[in-house]
Amino acid sequence: MPQYMLSVHSVEEEVREPMTDEEMQQSWARISALNEELKSAGAWVFAGALHEPDTATVVRMSNGEVLTTDGPFAEAKEHLGGFYAIEAEDLDAALAWASKATAAVGKPIEVRPFRDDPDA
Amino acid sequence: MRDRDAAPRLDEAEIGRIFREESGRSVAALIRALGDIDAAEDAVQEAFAVAVRRWPEHGLPPNPGGWITTTARNRAIDRLRRETRGRELLREVAVLAAGEDDPGLPGEERLVQDERLRLIFTCCHPALSTDAQVALTLRLLGGLSTHEVARSFLVAEPAMAQRLARAKRKIKATRIPYRVPEDRELPDRLRAVLAVVYLVYNAGSSGATDSGLCAEAIRLARILVTLMPDEPEVAGLLALLLLTESRRGSRVRPDGSLVVLGEQDRGLWDRALIEEGQAIVRRCVRLGRPGAYQLQAAINAVHADAAAVEETDWPQIVALYDQLLAAAATPVVALNRAVAVGEVQGPAAALALVDALALDNYHPFHATRADLLQRLGRSREAAAAYERAAALAPTDAERDFLRRGGRASRRARR
Repeated sequence: MPQYMLSVHSVEEEVREPMTDEEMQQSWARISALNEELKSAGAWVFAGALHEPDTATVVRMSNGEVLTTDGPFAEAKEHLGGFYAIEAEDLDAALAWASKATAAVGKPIEVRPFRDDPDA
Repeated sequence: MRDRDAAPRLDEAEIGRIFREESGRSVAALIRALGDIDAAEDAVQEAFAVAVRRWPEHGLPPNPGGWITTTARNRAIDRLRRETRGRELLREVAVLAAGEDDPGLPGEERLVQDERLRLIFTCCHPALSTDAQVALTLRLLGGLSTHEVARSFLVAEPAMAQRLARAKRKIKATRIPYRVPEDRELPDRLRAVLAVVYLVYNAGSSGATDSGLCAEAIRLARILVTLMPDEPEVAGLLALLLLTESRRGSRVRPDGSLVVLGEQDRGLWDRALIEEGQAIVRRCVRLGRPGAYQLQAAINAVHADAAAVEETDWPQIVALYDQLLAAAATPVVALNRAVAVGEVQGPAAALALVDALALDNYHPFHATRADLLQRLGRSREAAAAYERAAALAPTDAERDFLRRGGRASRRARR
């Protein structure tokens, strides 16, 4: 079965009222309902939410040595907030899950196919 | 049936024409059989090379479309046998083909599910950009070469080849399915397909030279009507294109500027296209499931009924615009409705409607205002509106015409 990455894109400094406790609760309820649905449909592979980008560390090769730097790889307003790795029959099936995910998370979702089906 | 004796000589150009006519069906069937768009295109290209060698000598096969599909399929299988990767693919093809001959599937249903229908929904998938949708549809379903698609849109051929290659890569990598959408998704997906065909037509009619895109769009619309005979909007689109096309000969002045409907020489309108379009509109009306394309077609059908602009049934047109505005509430529709209202209730009523619209960057908005102001005797404001329209006009001819203050339009009103 083909696998797709559904990445959740957050935009920094978006002027937004902080969520109330109740809204937070509702958001979590929507997301865990979606997670349950993915699992019972057999589409779930892996998912996770990430800490803020300022917790990131980048490691790269520089002149044959490993160089470690603080902060995200690219300074950008948009960053990866989390992702789902799912199994879906085709793009339409993946887009259907992405539609549910964007409704649950309230953020845009980018859908990309993984290069290889590891089970093939 | 084609009369053999009267048939044009079977030279390469004529064979090319036949291939273009048939290739949508063949490419679609081969994509289904081979599971790969590039392989299907290559196979049809090989079949073309065989036809160029064989047909002039042996004559046209009785069923050219079937011949192309069979020859292309055999060539593709031969080629796959020669390649290692191909041998794997071939096993998959064998599985697919076995599935196709599943006796559980009624033959009738297979006939109805024309492969071209799957293909156009793949070409017009919302995950592809509109540019990519248009290019793929013309290339795969319309059978145009990459060179022809590029020329039609005034794009360099390498750029168009890249656009097509990228779209095909995306279809393959993301597995855009090759299927007809389910009922619940059909309205949205169909809208995208119709929009692509309409866009092809408009691209053709806005060009200075005849790119052949108008004829291509009408051909695509005809294919869609045979594939989806129960969708009134598909028929509505075909009727709209036919009725619009009927006026093509009278729409442009020698200098390239556009002639508005009221000033066109109605003697130049193509009666055969009008009759075909109007017959479709009547069938649509009987179905009673109106939509934006059917309503636009109906408006054009009413215009086509009037032998002179003075005989136009404007109240009927206003009523149709009311429905259209309910189906597709865009400011451009509202502007056209206001023009019709002006013909029924006078320029003051129309101007009040027009002034409420947010279309400041749309040159017909200012041209319409100018015309209404002129008719109300407010010449200074009219001149300013003509100038604003001219500044926004897309072509030099249009700009010059508007700078002359739309003189022709005023003369015609009196």
